[in-house]
Amino acid sequence: MYYVDLAFNGLVFGCTYALMAVGLTLVYGLLRILHIAHAALYAFGAYIAVIVANGTGSIVLGVVTAMVAAVLLGTAIYRLLYQPLLDYPPYVPMIASIGLLVFMEDGFRIAFGEQGLTFARNPYPTELHEFLGLTVNTVQIAIIVAATVCLILLAAFITRTRIGIGWRATVSDPRIAESFGVDAIKVRYLNFAIGSALAALGGALVGLLNNFVEPTMGFVVSYKALAIIVLGGLGNLQGTLIASLALGLVESYGTIFVGHFLDRDAIAFLFLIAVLIARPQGLAGMKVA
Amino acid sequence: MSAYVTSVLAVIGINVMLAISLNMITGFCGQFSLGHAAFYGAGAYGAAFFAAAGSSVPLSLLVGIVVASLLGLIVGFASLRLRHDFLAVTTIGVSFLFVGFVRKQSWLGAEMGISKIPPSGLGPEGNTLLIVACAVVAIALSLYISRSWMGFGFRAVGDDEDTARTVGIPVARYKLVAFTLGTGIAGLAGGLYAYFTQFIVPDSFGFIVSVALMAMVVIGGTGSTLGVVAAAIILTLLPEMFRFVNEYRLLIFGGLLVLVMRFAPDGLAGLGRAIVTKVRGS
Repeated sequence: MYYVDLAFNGLVFGCTYALMAVGLTLVYGLLRILHIAHAALYAFGAYIAVIVANGTGSIVLGVVTAMVAAVLLGTAIYRLLYQPLLDYPPYVPMIASIGLLVFMEDGFRIAFGEQGLTFARNPYPTELHEFLGLTVNTVQIAIIVAATVCLILLAAFITRTRIGIGWRATVSDPRIAESFGVDAIKVRYLNFAIGSALAALGGALVGLLNNFVEPTMGFVVSYKALAIIVLGGLGNLQGTLIASLALGLVESYGTIFVGHFLDRDAIAFLFLIAVLIARPQGLAGMKVA
Repeated sequence: MSAYVTSVLAVIGINVMLAISLNMITGFCGQFSLGHAAFYGAGAYGAAFFAAAGSSVPLSLLVGIVVASLLGLIVGFASLRLRHDFLAVTTIGVSFLFVGFVRKQSWLGAEMGISKIPPSGLGPEGNTLLIVACAVVAIALSLYISRSWMGFGFRAVGDDEDTARTVGIPVARYKLVAFTLGTGIAGLAGGLYAYFTQFIVPDSFGFIVSVALMAMVVIGGTGSTLGVVAAAIILTLLPEMFRFVNEYRLLIFGGLLVLVMRFAPDGLAGLGRAIVTKVRGS
């Protein structure tokens, strides 16, 4: 059962990576910007969730507030930082984004302290359930359910609704989409709003799972998410999903097999570099080739 | 010179060498590397390991250079296959891989690092002189390359790789040379750092250092040797001059990166050029 436990853990991590990476890959698909500061929204979501939950006593209210606040912050980042930089070479917004991530993480440290925050009343990580011989806790179930529901809704949204189809059209060719009457500016705001809400949800759930929110929690995840979207084929939703789950599993097993000479966070990049050397176009490119 | 001044000068010299060498890869040749601290660390670890085993100063420094530039050559090969954003993400990976690998190696001291590095025998002032001399040589080399045919080739690759290839510039060779040269200088800086502190830990070479080095390059003005040197000096001195800056160092670094990219993407060098044009124009 040990290996099944590892697989389950890997899937839980894979789901949190997916929540984080989906927004990132959509931003890349739309604007060709590596939105590294996306991870700051993940940490931001976790902080808002813990603060509101401790203030009001309701964890659900905390998570919802976190998502709403992240929508506002995410669209503000687009409007104030990326939109004026769209005509510059891609490294300019990328470096600005790294700067913003470093700035916000240090801001969290200064505002809320180095040692991090914990939920005052959070019984869920220790609520255990027996399920097909696995022992799982409530937060793990919530993560899997939340990721599945959100991603199915997102898939339905971009394949079934008018604005969703306009969104995909803008990703594949902004000019032609615009000449067919798609409002590209609206699509961009929508993109940042949805991506940021999902990142905040991921951050809040990971905060609940560890019962701990710290300033640097977004830092490593941000680079893992970069590795994921590159593996998934930049801008490709399905590929990103596959890569997220694959990375969760690789890390989970990798920690057991290669953990004695490489730490967990480095495994993601070994995986990334190995795949990129074999297939510079990413995992999803396999179907085409 | 007081002990404080010598140590600040040494840190400035090391940062200038690192920023200059990153500028050769990123500024001249257009290859965005966000893993420069890994090469710096490879040089420091290579030199420290040999120095602790009892080898002479020049040999240890040479080992640092060789280890770093070999690693650089490997990443250079990656740059032949991956472009732009893919390369940036890969080099971020190199930065994390290096620290993740070193942390787990007991023969490199794991988390505790290498602490038994013997003194170089030059004394603190001699060390600083050596570092400053190396930094001056690095600046001179950078200025020379920038004016040479090779510098022209680098810039052609950086501007438009495909066009450069069309007009017969050996793109692959130039990229590999830029990576090997730049990372070799970073390795030398690492070796000098190892002798300067006599004590190295994995965290001194983490991703945040790579970001700080990239900040020096872009704030100075990507591709401009003198702008980058100025930025390296300013960004090193800032936390030294104002005590409160040290506490909020990352906040200020991050904020500066955002502001410079948002309002003056050409950095100090771009501002300098704009002022010169304005003065001449009026």
